[in-house]
Amino acid sequence: MAIKVISPGLSTSVQDLGRPGYYHLGIPEGGGMDRFATMVANLLVGNPEGAAVLEATFMGPELEFTQDAVVAVTGGDLPPKVNGVEQPTWESFAVKAGDRLSFGFLKGGARAYIAVSGGIDVPVVLGSRSTYVLGALGGYQGRVLKAGDALPVGQGAGVAGRSLPADLRRAQPAAIELRMLPGLYWHRITEAAGKRFFEDTWKVAPEADRIGYRFRGGHPLEFVAREQPFGAGSDPSNIVDACYPYGSIQVPSGTEPIVLHRDAVSGGGYMMLGVVISADMDRIAQLQPHTPAQFVPVTMDQALAARADNRALFDRARAHLAG
Amino acid sequence: MSIRFSYGGDEHIFGEVSEAMSLASFFTGLSMINAVRAAQIPGVIETCPANASFQVKFDPDRISPADLLAELKSFEVEAAKSDQTLATRIIELPVYFQDPWTHEVEMRFRERHQDPNATDLEYSARINGYATIEEFVAAYAGQPWFVSMVGFVAGLPFLYQLVEQKKQIQAPKYLRPRTDTPKLTVGHGGCFSAIYSVRGAGGYQMYGVTPAPIYDPTRQVRYLSEEMCLFKPGDIVKYRPQTRDEYDATLEQIAANAWEPTIRACDFSLTDFNRDMAGTNARLMEALNGN
Repeated sequence: MAIKVISPGLSTSVQDLGRPGYYHLGIPEGGGMDRFATMVANLLVGNPEGAAVLEATFMGPELEFTQDAVVAVTGGDLPPKVNGVEQPTWESFAVKAGDRLSFGFLKGGARAYIAVSGGIDVPVVLGSRSTYVLGALGGYQGRVLKAGDALPVGQGAGVAGRSLPADLRRAQPAAIELRMLPGLYWHRITEAAGKRFFEDTWKVAPEADRIGYRFRGGHPLEFVAREQPFGAGSDPSNIVDACYPYGSIQVPSGTEPIVLHRDAVSGGGYMMLGVVISADMDRIAQLQPHTPAQFVPVTMDQALAARADNRALFDRARAHLAG
Repeated sequence: MSIRFSYGGDEHIFGEVSEAMSLASFFTGLSMINAVRAAQIPGVIETCPANASFQVKFDPDRISPADLLAELKSFEVEAAKSDQTLATRIIELPVYFQDPWTHEVEMRFRERHQDPNATDLEYSARINGYATIEEFVAAYAGQPWFVSMVGFVAGLPFLYQLVEQKKQIQAPKYLRPRTDTPKLTVGHGGCFSAIYSVRGAGGYQMYGVTPAPIYDPTRQVRYLSEEMCLFKPGDIVKYRPQTRDEYDATLEQIAANAWEPTIRACDFSLTDFNRDMAGTNARLMEALNGN
């Protein structure tokens, strides 16, 4: 069966849990930016947690189903409608052949995850169905969806009416604290600059996508004076081009921090202050432009504790949906 | 020389062999990555060599960051002693320098450049002490380059020219990155040449374009059917300047899927290179052009 794309929304792409293993070639892991929402959407419709879903940014698509299906929408608060009738989020619902799935206005968060029983059955490329738009790789023809696309869907066995209790859902906060482990090239900035970096309230800039989120509004960084190393380039924020971790915070020219996300560029020549902890990566996916954000330093032990909390939340969600 | 290690959040360990670029640092980083790969450490997910550094991504649910760091440090002494030789290949890549497409993009982003009144080539020639663009291009394409990193975007090589440090061409990145770079642009930033595998943002000075695809996610290009990326770290590349007519002719052959770059096996020893650069490069060119 297939889903016909009537209108694609703003930027909707096929994503699963990504393709680790090719970053050394510059091909990022990719996958749903909000992994928790991706996995829960799948479990709600009876799919394996890593099946391919649609990730819709800011605005939902309009889709026509050619066969019956079970659908669930998680992540950002983007209300789904079947033939104009509003449906719940974080809960599976039935769609009949010929029905149209559309969406109301976004009420919170930034990205919704639309899972269909059977999963979006585009070809697996390098171990994943995720779309890497910059490299025109994977997903539906290596790109975001367009009107007229026909998405293949696999065989599924979902049931309507399964839902995740509110206490197991992630809330979308009005302001955010992003926990980070300082490191990498942190030593390149002065102590005063480091202190200000954490004190400042930053705002999400409009340049925010699957590659990275830019922040503005804080003080420019002050660098420790040095003669630039050979090959690095002349700006004090330049380094000899190195690998960029997922979640790394680079600051070109010392002005606007960019946090790289799942479609990260794999390396480059800008110094990084450290890396946002893995537990907070999903939360970045749900930030709208202009959201106030503060960077908060944590230790490795705190990062691992937060990771364990995250895992525990998902395990509870999975246990609930398995029952 | 000791490697500076840093955690990159709770999923990465980053190792900087040296702040400055050198082939010795590249080889140490590559040896570290080869040691990690050979050790097949459970929980290690990705291993990425870079110019003078490297990165390991891991799953902290499977291996503790401290244990992995200790294991990486245990490879360091051996990596620094590695013999710094590679059985590799030399690839000849045609380049149409001073092409109209990079020129058009340059002009659109002139206000982001250090010298808005000069082209990228004029500016780079001048700051590197070349009297003319022709002399600059002759130096750029005259000696081979070493792929010291692949990344940024899919299949993009960073190349370090095989000449002594004082002859290395250096150029700053644009003041603010462009939002556009033509596909297959040959660019330069810091001491590195780069070939933009796909169209997109970029900050390097732009000198020309190659007609040869270096990344093909569809694997239809005949020489990219096995691996979708042409380059890997350790490859050696020789640019061959092309005229517009030659460029157009190569494009036609590529469209018919009847073209492939000249690729020959070769050896590279850093010790030999440091002892005799001219002789090493002459032997590389023999490997490329000999029968």
